Amino acid sequence: MGAVTVAVVQFGGSNCDRDAVRALDHLDVDAERVWHEDGLPDDPDGIVLPGGFSYGDYLRAGAMAARDPVMAEVRAAAEAGVPVIGICNGAQIGSESGLTPGAFTTNASARFQCEPVHLRVERADTPWTAAYDEGDVIEVPIAHGEGRFEISEDAHADLVADDRVLFRYCDADGNVTDTANPNGSTDNVAGVLGERETVAVLMPHPERATLPDLGRSTDGAGILEAFA
Amino acid sequence: MTAYTATVTVRLKRGVLDPEAETTQQALERLGFELSDLRSADRFEVDLDAADADEAAARADEMAERLLANPTIHDYDVAVAER
Repeated sequence: MGAVTVAVVQFGGSNCDRDAVRALDHLDVDAERVWHEDGLPDDPDGIVLPGGFSYGDYLRAGAMAARDPVMAEVRAAAEAGVPVIGICNGAQIGSESGLTPGAFTTNASARFQCEPVHLRVERADTPWTAAYDEGDVIEVPIAHGEGRFEISEDAHADLVADDRVLFRYCDADGNVTDTANPNGSTDNVAGVLGERETVAVLMPHPERATLPDLGRSTDGAGILEAFA
Repeated sequence: MTAYTATVTVRLKRGVLDPEAETTQQALERLGFELSDLRSADRFEVDLDAADADEAAARADEMAERLLANPTIHDYDVAVAER
């Protein structure tokens, strides 16, 4: 029995990879940064696509990294059941590479937004949300300019029918309202599941709401505990 | 083989919010211009050699499908001219 090893894939321009490793270390999860050109280690126990500005957000946020050869390995691992989470730029990479439906594009405000938000847990029966109850409200920060979730009407109907919305932006009391929607996301969607429940992406940063010494919320720890 | 330039124009689908275009429109209006709407698009000019215009267009089309456009939010068109 080896220790659990989670691969945090580092692209050129990733900048939340160390934060993710530190947050996972805090949860006693063995995690290591993996440079994209080196490919995935054999049989990783989990994969994190971290936040940042891979390839300068050229073309569209996540577009370049999504076509990086390592993403074929990530998709294959995801299909084999390895837990994969994309956070912020990692969410953009995940949706650009087809791991999850929809797209994340320019905030309705046209501004970069860095602020705490509230999320309502829409599914508690996934690895990412086993620490919560359905309907729980957690506080996690966002930091993005392109986080507005867009999806075709048909694909959105399928997403809802299949119960694959993982988190919605809400107010402190759990009400999903327009004013609680920081970026104009369709249906307040902040995070979604892939075809398997072991694959998820979200724009907010759970790794920035895990370490107690960062001083604000530690509500995000439950998401990363999926790897514990 | 003939030298072509394939021009790929990628734009947001009608109905998809374009905050950058809205901001640009507001800036034009602040400068005193009157306009009813403004849409933005990305244009890629791809120089390539192909057997004929159809082949050049097909290759540019695949480039749009696989990278230049995101089908969730974008429409695109391809125009080919001899270079």
